[in-house]
Amino acid sequence: MSSKVLDALKAVHGGAIDSLETQHGDAIAWIKRDHLLAVATWLKNDPAMAFDAPVFVTCIDRLDWKPQDVPPGPQVYPATAGWSDDGTKARFEVVYQLRSTTHRYRLRLKCAVPEHDARVPSLAMLWPAFNWQERETYDMYGIQFEGHPDLRRIYLYEEFVGYPLRKDYPKEQRQPLVRRDDLPINPIKSPAAGHGGHR
Amino acid sequence: MGVELTTTRLEDAAKWAKQSTLDRATNWGRKFSLFTYPFVTACCGMEFMSVAGPKYDIARFGAEFPRFSPRQSDLLMIVGTITEKQGPALRRVFDQMAEPKWVIAFGVCASTGGFYQNYHAMPGADQVIPVDVYIPGCPPRPEQVLDALIMMMDRIQAGRGHSQLREKREQLLAQAAQTAQTNE
Repeated sequence: MSSKVLDALKAVHGGAIDSLETQHGDAIAWIKRDHLLAVATWLKNDPAMAFDAPVFVTCIDRLDWKPQDVPPGPQVYPATAGWSDDGTKARFEVVYQLRSTTHRYRLRLKCAVPEHDARVPSLAMLWPAFNWQERETYDMYGIQFEGHPDLRRIYLYEEFVGYPLRKDYPKEQRQPLVRRDDLPINPIKSPAAGHGGHR
Repeated sequence: MGVELTTTRLEDAAKWAKQSTLDRATNWGRKFSLFTYPFVTACCGMEFMSVAGPKYDIARFGAEFPRFSPRQSDLLMIVGTITEKQGPALRRVFDQMAEPKWVIAFGVCASTGGFYQNYHAMPGADQVIPVDVYIPGCPPRPEQVLDALIMMMDRIQAGRGHSQLREKREQLLAQAAQTAQTNE
């Protein structure tokens, strides 16, 4: 944990941090959701940090993770972050990867987001390059980015129901817009026949 | 070239004998002047360019002229993966083509969805429009494409393309209706 960025982050925004770690030389900071915007603003505007290059934003669905899956011993993975005190998990991790070209820093911000309240402050106003990436994350995982200028689906069509990269979305459940009339099973005409296992 | 094909292939001659002279001549003209509309969506497009280029030279079979307007073309080549979102566009392109029209699914994605067994990929372009000839392969070799084109030409000559059969069906239905009317 001997990262300059993490040390500075801890000194300035100690209260906002869930936990800190490094993985394969990359600094990772778990940030409390309510403080994410303040931390990100500071990271961008402070001349000692100057994170001017947004790399990506994505989300991880930890549907299949259970508390007992966390290995014992020294923490390779943050056992505390993402899990609330009563042992229930926050299902999603929203991940922001940032880079400072002036200081050559790399930093990954992670934010634990529970399923019933899947929202996170948008950073698209700070880094406009995150605009479309946040839309993609919304499209695939259904994370609501609060304060996003134009939050709507970017890849899928408006008629699509659900969020396909969530792990509980049936892998082959297609939602066809158009089908031939003479198909043996037409999923549009008979939705009960199921587009799930169909072919 | 057409004359050689007709005189050397006996099975062709047998098929042709069943047709009227006019049908035979029309289909003969159709099969040697296919105007392709390449609906290129994915990596198979490279292979399509290879077939269209001078080395494999699809022009030898009279299908060398890609028309980028569906209204001027009669062979729709679906080259690459079709997603569910693209379905309406594909249907619309097909509907805009003038009859009679033929469709070739180029590559395994256009034929069956290929390895995309998931929420966004259509399991074959034939979910949306009728396909006459399927070319397997990821991507197919140019020889396969030319083979498929020859199959397509055979089928056009025999009048067995989807749109030709539909036309024939509609004619028969109209005839039946007419005879029923006159009998009354």
